[in-house]
Formats: sequence, structure tokens, C-alpha cells
Amino acid sequence: MLRLEKRAQPSKQWAALAPVLAVLITMVVGGGLFALLGKNPFEVIRTIFWDPLFGEFAFYYRPQLLIKAGPLILIAIGLSLGFRAGIWNIGAEGQYIIGALCGAGVALTFYPLDAWFLFPMMILAGALGGWAWAMIPALLKVRFGTNEILVSLMLVYVAEKLLAAMALGPMRNPEGHGFPGSRNLQQYESAHNAELFTGSGLHWGGITALLAVICAYILLNRHILGFNIRLLGQAPRAARFAGVNPNRLTVFCLGISGALAGLAGMYEISGPSGQVSIDFNVGYGFTAIIVAFLGRLHPVGILLAGLLMALTYIGGEIAQSNMNLPAAAIQMFQGMMLFFLLAVDLMANYRLRLTRAEVS
Amino acid sequence: MKFINLLASAVLALGTASAAVAEDKTKVGFVYVGPVGDGGWTYEHDQGRLAVEEHFGDKVETVYQESVPEGPDAERVITQMALQGADLIFTTSFGYMDPTLNVAGKFPDVKFEHATGYKTSDNMANYSARFYEGRAVQGHISGKMTKSNIIGYIGSIPIPEVIRGINAAYIHAKKVNPDVQFKIVWVFEWFDPAKEADAAKALIDQGADVILQHTDSTAPLAAAEEAGDVIGFGQASDMAEYIDGPRVSSIIDNWAPYYIARTQAVMDGTWESVATWDGIAPGMVEIGEITDKVPADVKAEALALKESIAAGDYHPFTGPLKKQDGSDWLAEGEVADDGTLLGMNFYVEGLDGDIPQ
Amino acid sequence: MDLSSIKPALLLASLMIAATPVIYAAIGELVVERAGVLNLGVEGMMITGAICGFIAAVNTDSPMLGFMAAAVGGALLSLLFALLTQYALANQVASGLALTLFGLGVSSLLGQGYVGIKPPSTPKLDIPVLSDLPGIGTVLSAHDIMIYLGLLLVAAVWAVLKYTRIGLILRAVGENHDAAHALGYKVVRVRVLAIMFGGACAGLGGAYISLVRVPQWTEGMTAGVGWIALALVVFASWRAGRVLLGAWLFGGVTVLQLNLQAAGVAIPVEYLSMSPYLITIVVLVIMSSDKNKAPASLGKIFHASS
Repeated sequence: MLRLEKRAQPSKQWAALAPVLAVLITMVVGGGLFALLGKNPFEVIRTIFWDPLFGEFAFYYRPQLLIKAGPLILIAIGLSLGFRAGIWNIGAEGQYIIGALCGAGVALTFYPLDAWFLFPMMILAGALGGWAWAMIPALLKVRFGTNEILVSLMLVYVAEKLLAAMALGPMRNPEGHGFPGSRNLQQYESAHNAELFTGSGLHWGGITALLAVICAYILLNRHILGFNIRLLGQAPRAARFAGVNPNRLTVFCLGISGALAGLAGMYEISGPSGQVSIDFNVGYGFTAIIVAFLGRLHPVGILLAGLLMALTYIGGEIAQSNMNLPAAAIQMFQGMMLFFLLAVDLMANYRLRLTRAEVS
Repeated sequence: MKFINLLASAVLALGTASAAVAEDKTKVGFVYVGPVGDGGWTYEHDQGRLAVEEHFGDKVETVYQESVPEGPDAERVITQMALQGADLIFTTSFGYMDPTLNVAGKFPDVKFEHATGYKTSDNMANYSARFYEGRAVQGHISGKMTKSNIIGYIGSIPIPEVIRGINAAYIHAKKVNPDVQFKIVWVFEWFDPAKEADAAKALIDQGADVILQHTDSTAPLAAAEEAGDVIGFGQASDMAEYIDGPRVSSIIDNWAPYYIARTQAVMDGTWESVATWDGIAPGMVEIGEITDKVPADVKAEALALKESIAAGDYHPFTGPLKKQDGSDWLAEGEVADDGTLLGMNFYVEGLDGDIPQ
Repeated sequence: MDLSSIKPALLLASLMIAATPVIYAAIGELVVERAGVLNLGVEGMMITGAICGFIAAVNTDSPMLGFMAAAVGGALLSLLFALLTQYALANQVASGLALTLFGLGVSSLLGQGYVGIKPPSTPKLDIPVLSDLPGIGTVLSAHDIMIYLGLLLVAAVWAVLKYTRIGLILRAVGENHDAAHALGYKVVRVRVLAIMFGGACAGLGGAYISLVRVPQWTEGMTAGVGWIALALVVFASWRAGRVLLGAWLFGGVTVLQLNLQAAGVAIPVEYLSMSPYLITIVVLVIMSSDKNKAPASLGKIFHASS
């Protein structure tokens, strides 16, 4: 019979090969789904994976990939540090919202002041906001041993309500004809997180995401802190003997991931989104968790996974409007891809062995 | 600027490239905020799209995208439709206003139509419906029908459109029934069946025997049916599945005539950027069948009210009217101007409670 | 303002109905978590149950068959999660989120022909003795059968977890899967069954929304109830009885704020609706110094060789 055996070391080849395999399986199964819906499967698959990158209008979609992938990567990098240490922040969505609210709050307070220091202040406020929101589960965990998964998740709901309250109340645009939602920061030059090069899709959020990838890589591979993080995740007892203070690491990891999520929210609200509105958050914080795992918690992997995720979003949109596919079909397709990606992960960590039935 | 040129040239290139294939086909795009299966707001817009297809047959091609979040995703979706050669794009939710405006700036040759907003540009029109005209008719029926003199009103989000509806319904209920009292509950969602059901129950428990709703699901009607002696109205679409039950009439958003007219205008080259705010007269707001639960005389009055609004003889906001705080708003015979109505953020005299801020 | 218009008995009665979907979903998730598995896909399983139940009920004209189909649908979807996490050893948090995405997609595809249809109505039970009781008669009587079944289910889960061998094994697996394995229990099998039970319950909760509560099919109609169920399990500190308490508290805050609004009381709705989540956090903190902690193996991957 078939038996799973844990590999001593995760297989490097499989780690690289598995995602490709998963995407291929998804294409086959997803193609079947599209065929069932009466569409030409090859055309749909091509539209999703090829058109955004090399199709007729790729000059528009490629920058959009950066806009969509930026926040995912930024948040996922922060989360991956904690995940490696066995610290589970699944409330990045909340930290993202609070970061955005703090950043926008600064901008709206100073409106219509025109000053160079406004945007840096917003960045600071965004990071601090996300950090502070993440400090709640961190301190509760350190002080009382409270489960951080659940506290951070609860705080997402609280943040969402707070967002709605802000959009309806204090931050509402006084010139907005009574509609909920703040002023549009895109029309407030000093606060606008504009594209750095016209048509590139790259704004400060993208730059920060790239910086985060590089820093995380260095931290994990070249720094004692990174070593401690991995040690705590893999062998908590050994870590304690090695003098690692788990409390300090908890505070550090949650703080970093909160700050990065807060930054992502702030860049989004001052850039592509522009407005504090009830529906401002579209789930980047949750999707980033998936991105972190797809990227195997490795900075470079996360970079690629973020881009892949963005590709399926944008390609999926094109497929919807060009081929009149229901949004649900695309959603299912994405879900499937995640399933397969998660499933093939097995091959990297375990090997299949053909064995005889055990005699016990 | 470079980017805009690039986009423009791409559009030109596409235009010439596909001209041979689709010379006489007008491509119309629709961006929806919910799924087409929501049975309410988005559903009715999609019915309008289907009507366009039906009306023009081979001469049009329509594309749509559903469940598009308001914000950067919307901007991308609209741009994408423009890139793919749409000649006319309808964006059907308030939150698409700024994204539509941004995209309209980049594609001067494409026509854009934004629903329920207040901004326009050279190639971006906006359109909305005077739902309050329908609310006036509902108010009249409610005022006549209520026995407990308590009318429950489920509000979604406190924006001018919803507040207008409450005021219009209240004024006309009060006119025929001076003892009438409105109880208003805000659910802060456009669509949340469970919460709408709770809200309707709360109102019914507190004595309301007429439920008006400005939310999109049929849950309040179901709650009314269960309670027994309670009536309600269809919202956004006819909700005819409750016609044997509590639903006595409805306000239907009928976008089809407008969509057809605007598509025709693009075909004829006569399209202009306008701000349209149509009501019962052109058929943008329809009053669904008034059932036999409503006594014949009340039904006749309601229909007469509808006719006089449609004919322009009567405006639902005609003075004398005071604001909730007792200050004067409209003098005897004075009619509210559209500017005030569009930004309405106050209740009229007689309504209880505060508009949430 | 007219507080006298709020009638406590009616308020409690509507509370019973409001709380039912989340009770089903939460009691299922509770069993899953007691077995040491964290399935964040409750929302996806609920909405799948909602449409499966709706389709079956409309086509067979029998609400009861609808509820059965909903349970089967939810369980089938959860089986995907079980395969991923128990056999492919994938991370549970990520798999659960993927399951929600997938479930939302599946349900709206399945439901495309079912918009604007009214399902057969679920009959009400008038319990003779109960309804005659003064005061609580209104609260307890004349509900549909699914409400009573929900309460029974909670009682059954409580009893099974506390008094039976199955419950003991389930808890052992959740507390320390290595030890349970060493004792010869089939950790994976127990967990797969628990996950499927959770899926079936979530499906029932979803179908309660589409068949009784609303009743109608619209895409995305569960509107976040699944996430509340997750919060509720934590609030209940993994105790079946407290799930009821929590569901009434969570539902109660909503029902109460709507009633207060209807009575003309100006209340900050958004801030009030934060309160159940804040209370949950406080409960979590109090609990962490207590013995009723989360199952020790919650969310951890089990493999016999590790």
C-alpha cells in the first residue's frame, strides 16, 4: 500500500515543481468546468493566464498586476515571519483597515494643507495604526496567554464596524451631498499616493513591498533574529534553551506584520482607492494569508505567489466580461487552484512510499 | 500624459482593426455592484441590458461584469471594457462615480453613464430615478391601510435617496391619516436578508402593520407574511412571488427605456452628456400591480395620485412643508427644487428620531 | 421615545429565530475544533448548504428533504477540507479560507436558476402545554421544528462530549493527537468524521436561512453568519451549553438594537454592534487564566510519523 513518509529535509525540487504542477492540474480541471458551462476551455484559460501578460492590452494590465499584487505581498511578508515562528496573526484585514483609517485620518485632519511632510506623516500613522492594532493580540498573548488567532480575528470585525462608523460619521466628506465616504485623497495632491512613473502601476506601496521582500530575505537568512524566528517555530523547546525569549518574538512578529498590513492599507486608501468608504476593504488581509502559504513562507515565493494571485484576479475579470462567464465560475476556479496548490505541498514535505501492509 | 496617449492610440488601433468586423455593432458595457441573481437592484439593471439586446438584436453586443467592488477594482473593470472597444458603458452604483470619471477622462471617444451620482463630464452622463414619486403612492396606500396607525420603515444607509423616500412616504401617509406614526429602523446594509428579517420583526412586534422597505431582499415580506395581518411592498423589483401574500404593490426600477434610448443615441451620434432624473412619467419608476387587498376606492386614489405625478400636475414635495425642527421649508404651493432634494439630509415635520450621522 | 412598545416576550421569540442559523453552524464547528481542527470555511459550507437545501426543497416540495440535502451538501464540501488537511496535510487556516472562496463560487453557480422562487414553507409546531404557559409560552412555542432540533442538537453534543466514549476519544484527539495515536485511536478518521459533522451542521444552518429565515435564494445570502459562528465557538470556550448563551447574546444585540431604533431611541449602531466581539475578547482573556483553554492540538497538523 501507499504510505506517506516525512522527508528529513523538504525537497527543493518538489518545492519548486509543485506549484507548476498545481497550476497545470487546475487548468485541466478548471477547463472541464468551463467546458461544462459551454465555453471554450482553451480560450478561457488563455484569457486568464496569457492575456494580462502578453495579450493585446497587456500594457494596461501589467501595471494593474503590480497594483493588485503590492498589498498582497506586503501583508503576506509580514505574516510569514510570524507564521514561521508559530505565531498566527489572521487579523491582517483589521490591521489593514486601521492603518488606512489612521493614514486617511492624518490627511483629512490637515486638509487642505499643502506640505511635503504630509505624506511621510501618513505613512508613519498607517504603520503605527496597524502596529497598535496588532499589539492588542500580542500583549494579550504575552500577558495572559490568550490565543492570538482568535483575538486578531475578532478585531477584524471590530475594525470593519469602526470603518463604517468613520465613513458615515467623522470622516464623511462635507461636500459629498450627504453620501457616506470621505473626500477623495486622489484629488488632494499632498496626500495622494500617485504612480511614481506614469503608466507603471508602481506606487510607494509597490516599492515598500519590494523592500519588505528584500529585508525579510536578509533577516531570515543572515540575521540571528531570523534564525531565532525559525527556531521558535520548529523547535520551541530548543529555542528556549538557546536563550530565545518567545514573548519578545511574539511582540516583534505581530508588530511587524501589523505595521506592514497597516502600511498596505494606508497606501491603498491614499492611492488606488482614494476614499474611506464602507466597502473599502476587499479582503486583501485574508487573501494574503493564502499568498503567504502559497509562497511557502519564503520571501521570494511570496513575491511570486502574490503576482500569481493578482494574475488570476485580473485574468478572471477579463474572462468574465469578454466571455460572459459568471463571476462565480472564476471564484470557483480560484478556490480550486488554491486547493491544488495546498495539496501538492505534500510532495515537498513527504514522500510516497510503496510498502507492504504493516504487521502490528 | 504618455499613458493617456498610449491608451488613446491603442483604442484607435483597435477601432480601425475591428472596424471591419463589427462596423455596425455597438458595444455596450454594464458594471454591476452585486450579482445578477440578487433579485433586486442589479437584477433590474440586467433586465435593462437584456432589453437592449432584445430591442436592437444583431446591432448591439452587450458585455457585463457582476459583483465588482467599488474602488480600484471598478476602475480597472471599466477601463478594460473601454479597451475592449465598448462604445457606451453604464456603471450602476454610486461608488463607481470617481472611477468612472477617471476612466472617462482617458477615453474621450467612449460614452459613460453613471447611475445615482452627481458628477458629469463631456463624455460622462449621470442618471437616476425619482423613486420618491413611487414612495408618495406607497405612502398614500399605507396611510389608508394601516389599522394600528403605525408604519414601519426599513432604511438601508442614511443617504439622500433613502431620506427622500421616507419623507415622501410620510407626507402622503399623513395627508390621508393624520394619526399615522412612522417607526424607522436603519440596518446599514443594502442587502442583508437576515438583518432585514430581524428589522421587520422588530417593527411588527412594536405594532407596525405596514412595512415599507428600502433594502433589496424579500425577507421583510416573508416576515410580514408570517406575522399575518401585515402588508408590505416590493422594492426595486416587483417581488411578485408575494403577490398572494402581504405584497400589495411595489416600486419597480425600469431601466430598459433609458438604456435603449441612450444606446440609440450613441448609434445615431446624438449622444450628449446630460444629468437625467426621471420618474413615473417616462416609465423609469413603475408602480407594480396594486392587489385586491387594497379596497377599490383606495386603489383608485392611488392610481389618480400616480397619474397626476406622471402628468406633472402634482409634485410630491409641495408646500406648505416644515422641517422636523419646525423651521419653514416650503411655502404654500411652493415646489422643492432638485438641488435640495438631491442633497436632502433632514426629516420633515412630524417624523420622530434623528438621522444617524 | 417609547420603550413600552418593546415587548420582552416577542423580543425573545424573535431572538430564538435569529439565533438558530448560527447555533447550528457553531455547534458543528465546536465539534470540529474539539477534535483539534480549525476549519475557517464555515461561511462557504453554510452557503453551500443554503443552496443545496433550497434546490432540494423546491424540487421535492418538502422542506425536510431540503434540510437533509443541505446537510449532505455541507458535509460533501467539508470533505474537501478534510482531504486537504488530513490526508494532504495542508495548512488548516489557508485551506479553510480557500474552502470559503470555493463554496461561495459553487453555491452561486448552482443557484443560477433559482432566483425569485419561493420555497415550500416549513410547518410550525404548536406545542400544547408550552404555548399555554404564561409569559414564556410566546417565547418557546409556535416555532418551526428546526429551532427545536437545533436546541436538541446542542444538548446531544453536550451529552456526547461529556458522558460518552466517543466524546472522550474526540476530546483526546483534540487535546493531544500524538498521545491519542499512541493509545491506538484513529486520529485521522476521528477528525474526518468531525469535520463532516461540522459541514453538515453548517449546511443545516445555511438552509435555515434560505428556507425559513428569508426564505428565498440570493447569492451571498449568508452575509457573514459563518464568521460569527467562528467567533461564537471561541466565546463559548468550546462548551456546548455556552454556544446557546453566546448565540442569544450575539443575536440579542442585533435584535435589541433594531428594537431600540424602532422605539425611537438614538443609538450608535456601529459601536453597539462591535460589542459582541469585544466581549468575546474579554471572555478569551478571562478564560486564558482558566482551565477551559482551547483544545491543545487546535490547528496543528497530525502525521503519524512526526
